[in-house]
Amino acid sequence: MTNETELPTGFGASGNSTPETAVDPVAPARPLVYRQSAWTRVTHWLWALSLFFLLLSGLQIFNARPDLYIGQQSGFGFDNAILSFSAANTVQGPKGYTTLFGKTVDTTGVLGLSGSGEDLAARAFPAWVTIPSYQDLATGRVIHFFFAWVLAATLLIWLVSSLINGHVKRDLLPRGADIRRLPRDIADHLRFRFHHARDYNVLQKLSYAGVLFILLPLMILTGLTMSPAMDTAFPFLLDIFGGRQTARTIHFIGMTLLVLFFIAHVLMVLAAGPFNELRSIVTGWYRADPPAKPMPEPGE
Amino acid sequence: MAKFMLSRRKFLTSATIASSGLMLSGCDVFDALGDRDNAVRNFIEGANDLTYKAQRLLVGREALAREYPKSEIRQPQRPNGSTDPDDPQYRSLAASNFADYRFAIGGLVEKPLSFSLDELRNMPSRTQITRHDCVEGWSCIAEWTGVPLAHLLDQAKVKPEARYVVFKCLDTIEETLSGGIKYYESIDMIDARHPQTIMAYGLNGKPLPVANGAPLRCRVERQLGYKMAKYVKSIELTDSLAHFGDGKGGYWEDNGYDWYAGI
Repeated sequence: MTNETELPTGFGASGNSTPETAVDPVAPARPLVYRQSAWTRVTHWLWALSLFFLLLSGLQIFNARPDLYIGQQSGFGFDNAILSFSAANTVQGPKGYTTLFGKTVDTTGVLGLSGSGEDLAARAFPAWVTIPSYQDLATGRVIHFFFAWVLAATLLIWLVSSLINGHVKRDLLPRGADIRRLPRDIADHLRFRFHHARDYNVLQKLSYAGVLFILLPLMILTGLTMSPAMDTAFPFLLDIFGGRQTARTIHFIGMTLLVLFFIAHVLMVLAAGPFNELRSIVTGWYRADPPAKPMPEPGE
Repeated sequence: MAKFMLSRRKFLTSATIASSGLMLSGCDVFDALGDRDNAVRNFIEGANDLTYKAQRLLVGREALAREYPKSEIRQPQRPNGSTDPDDPQYRSLAASNFADYRFAIGGLVEKPLSFSLDELRNMPSRTQITRHDCVEGWSCIAEWTGVPLAHLLDQAKVKPEARYVVFKCLDTIEETLSGGIKYYESIDMIDARHPQTIMAYGLNGKPLPVANGAPLRCRVERQLGYKMAKYVKSIELTDSLAHFGDGKGGYWEDNGYDWYAGI
């Protein structure tokens, strides 16, 4: 019903109803296809909203204890920290430091010590990446847990609807053919050669499925492992993640991966044509490449 | 080839514009959420009630927090908050090694009671090696010994209308223009009667040190550290938290933290 190629009919064509053929009668038509269901579009933007607030309130929460440890507890009488942010006064004035696996790097101005003039502060992450901008753990927690509920509810709604409408099976789970196409798809991406089709390419399938089925559930589960009450309900959480502090560390690493995904995602949208990509995730309609006519690609 | 160069330039330009937009989105636009009376903040605080109800559904009343082997006690219990109260009443009690200290139970009970430290030590006791999780993010494992709170509540015979236990403490946590604010906290009857909720007088096999809340502190193992009031002087059974402090159920709650600290 929705995955058929359709010509612009006015619905969902966001006002741009002039067929391409009117511009160049020789070029084959680039059809508008219905690519994203309403479920995907609404949940996509709710994820974007909640991940934005989760990230910035999460960094606020992290700043209250700017160290990551491995194990059940934080080492005060022993050392099990793998990442620490700190500040110190030196002869050249205050400095900020980042220590990763025992190796310390001067990160003054960004990590450990940031701000300027009267706002110069010893804090792990700078004011411009935390909500609120000043140190306020209580508010950070209020915001974080609210959007954690939004994210979890949205994921559940998306999962149920996408299992029913076939989105998961049709668009996300990579098939054998997808895997065989992987090297070529990577090469195409590296050369900024994008295919505009109704279906996701292999890298899209793998990254979206990885985020939706691995990374986000991992974030939820490691988040729950940090809750002392949930540890009581599901004690195995402490075992599968190797302790509350390891879960906190994994939660932080997951955050880093989500940020990297976000950067890659936005860059890909910009590279593939931001107007068309945005239209498809706002209205559902996507202008695809002409149906595969023998159009020899250079060098192939 | 020319086409490719063009699209790459276009790509880099748009990428730069997009990333500078991100940098400019500095987060002080959301600082109003830090205002405790902000309507949006009050709305999103409602998620904490949802968390409380969901966790009460998922976590059995009697489900125990994990207890660890002795080998996990690898360091002294890290003290936090007040660590050396200089309140005159506390100082004089500490000077006599808490010989004159009495722990009182009042409010909605049939039989208001008070106990000396020796009387508490002679009651049935429970020893547990548990993980203390601070709201800041750190954890520390230690062995706690004390009287189950349920045992004390049974002796005082709690009235059926009681909904909360309020802990009143001897330490001044904050000095304000209108005087010092004493630490206080509260839990519901489910946590109050939980087998691991104890009034602890021992830590790692020794009497509870001053830094960790001597002579008596609470342990509520299924919640965060700020629930576990130190330097407890008395408890009051109540049906409403409205007439304690600012009415939010605890010192940190009055400062914007969640009343339910199971998360």
